[in-house]
Amino acid sequence: MANMNMIQSLNSALDNMLDSDPNVIIFGEDVGYFGGVFRTTDGLQEKHGDHRVFDSPLSEGGIAATAFGMGLNGLRPVVEIQFADYIFPAYDQIVNEMAKVRHRSGGEFWSPVTLRTPAGGGIRGGHHHSQSPESQFTHTPGLKVVYCSTPYNAKGLLISAIECNDPVVFFEPKRCYRGPFYGDPHNVPTWADHPEAEVPESQYRIPLGEARFAQQGSDCTVISWGAMVHVCEQAISDSGVSCDLIDLQTLIPWDRESIVSSIEKTGRCVIVHEAPKTSGFGAEMAASIQERCFYHLEAPIERVTGWDTPFPHTTEWDYMPGPSRIAAAIVKTQEE
Amino acid sequence: MATKDSSGKIHVPDAPFRPGEESSFENWPWKPGDYPMPDPKKCHFQDTVDLAKGLVRVLDDDGNASGEWDPRLSSDQLRTGLEHMVRLRIFDDRMMKMQRTGLLSFYMRSLGEEAVAIAQTMALEEQDWIFPTYRQPGAQFVRGRGMVSMICHCIGNVEDNIKGRQMPVHYSYREGRFISISSPVGTQFSQAVGVGLASRYKGLDEVTITWIGDGASAEGDYHYALNFASVFKAPVILNVVNNQWAISTHSNFASGMGDFASRGIPFGLASIRVDGNDFLALYSVTKWARERAAAGSGATHIEVLTYRTGAHSSSDDPSRYRPKEEHTKWPGGDPVDRLKGHLIKLGEWSEERHKELEERIDSEVIDAYKEAVKFGDLANGPYPSADTIFTEVYEEMPWHLREQHDEMMGG
Repeated sequence: MANMNMIQSLNSALDNMLDSDPNVIIFGEDVGYFGGVFRTTDGLQEKHGDHRVFDSPLSEGGIAATAFGMGLNGLRPVVEIQFADYIFPAYDQIVNEMAKVRHRSGGEFWSPVTLRTPAGGGIRGGHHHSQSPESQFTHTPGLKVVYCSTPYNAKGLLISAIECNDPVVFFEPKRCYRGPFYGDPHNVPTWADHPEAEVPESQYRIPLGEARFAQQGSDCTVISWGAMVHVCEQAISDSGVSCDLIDLQTLIPWDRESIVSSIEKTGRCVIVHEAPKTSGFGAEMAASIQERCFYHLEAPIERVTGWDTPFPHTTEWDYMPGPSRIAAAIVKTQEE
Repeated sequence: MATKDSSGKIHVPDAPFRPGEESSFENWPWKPGDYPMPDPKKCHFQDTVDLAKGLVRVLDDDGNASGEWDPRLSSDQLRTGLEHMVRLRIFDDRMMKMQRTGLLSFYMRSLGEEAVAIAQTMALEEQDWIFPTYRQPGAQFVRGRGMVSMICHCIGNVEDNIKGRQMPVHYSYREGRFISISSPVGTQFSQAVGVGLASRYKGLDEVTITWIGDGASAEGDYHYALNFASVFKAPVILNVVNNQWAISTHSNFASGMGDFASRGIPFGLASIRVDGNDFLALYSVTKWARERAAAGSGATHIEVLTYRTGAHSSSDDPSRYRPKEEHTKWPGGDPVDRLKGHLIKLGEWSEERHKELEERIDSEVIDAYKEAVKFGDLANGPYPSADTIFTEVYEEMPWHLREQHDEMMGG
């Protein structure tokens, strides 16, 4: 065990996979010599060779297409899209090609690409370094969608994603790379001494499709993913309400069973995500939850999300769900 | 205040000829023997500028082969190539008739472009990967695919190896290293670079060939492919099939320059334009590109200059957008007639033998069709079972698909 921040644990996952599987190959913008703009691939080229870890042209469409072709021919590419906001030139290659080839070829061809991409706000990145476009991918059959939140689950989920024979879009909450984020921009803790920052150096897996109970309680089920998991932790504490906090971890396929069992216990539910509200993944979850839990619900399902606007620069703390908005929603579910 | 342009109009190009006009193409200035063949392993991309701006031809208008690019194929090889081309033409003809009589939902012919995939695939090694568009199904004949299996796919019956999931002509044939065809045009071009790089990574003597149309060369994927192929010296053969037409859009809308091969030069790629209706020239240029790729000297960018004699697909009527007889004016003639004429000139073929070949293949196609419909026809099936909607979306079916599957099946 070692205390790692999320950058280090992701780096450790990539290092383990390069060691254990000769077909793993890593490339993307700035990931080679320099080790990535967030340092996630730091040292990997030096250790494993530029044949396996290398820089690519600035071409997200070309990165995705090339990775797709490599995957068709037996490799297991792990590519970085430097910011999730820049994934859209690759969108056709991801949604029409990677996601569909197994099905369209009758199972003759598949391509097990992992696309890692830093997402989410809180770094003063303005609208093109802050978006959280997960629901643009959850609507595409054939893709798996993962969103990590801690050093421990980042490593275990990334190893599972790389080993998965389906294409995976792997979102990393960049605000949590170096520390958890509790919704107060002036409080910048690191991962040091955090229990979820105790990370084995060796390989381990967190199965895709399983949620994590970040804390257990009795009166409300709070569901979130990415950086918002930690903000929810703060909000729950502020609200004084006893809550289950479910960190979804995998969005496709999501762990409905855990959520249903929690809501059957609590009768109340708040869904929190950074992405805009309309057609966000919270909408899908709310719809599914009412199908399964209607008679267990004691109050309407609340959603606390980013607004349906472009992501702002200087006013980002008014945009992102903060502890007070989330706590208010939790309290509101208790009023019935 | 800016002065107003007197024309006040956007320059919009047009096709050279439209319905009601007489098409007349200038005679090609290029002749067989015009260009020496550089060393494929050692030549610099700039040594190919003349080849990119010119046109590699081997067969002249009288059926004679000459020049350094003559691949000197045996008469058996030539007859094999001719047979594949004749088979593709007759197969297409029969399938188009099926479509017209409601027996197929859709069809796309390779008419006038039969030499492209067939000569080029014959020039490769069997371990090489083929990443086609819908205009290269002929490669499958070279790789040994049976017509029954191809027709079953086009019908989408129970024996369709891709289980009725794609429109006709979107073949997948893993056994022949023929990668699943995708409808979004151009996507395969940049993917092929990845396939090639994986071969290089594994240290295997494999080359990947891919094609794109003149129209689709305006897509980003084309430019990604050229750049990645150049930067990483990928063992790939990148062909732009310039058949003049993308449905009704003339190639004047795909490039403001007028030619395509030379676009490879600024990317640092060896680039060649080849007569796409000249079986021997196509074979030779492809062999050259394979040798270059296999030697680690990188990709070759080839413009295959041809003419789409048929419609884009069964869904468009070309007489609405181009002169009906334009294909008869094409300076490159017809690829089947030209190879046939060459074999006759060599004394290795005759009109009688050609007629016999056509009759034999026609009956083989009819027999294949009869065999294929035993596994289901378009009107009555049997089709792949409905649960194939849910299989192979993922390696294993996740719960939400399982639930919807059970709902559909009434379970």
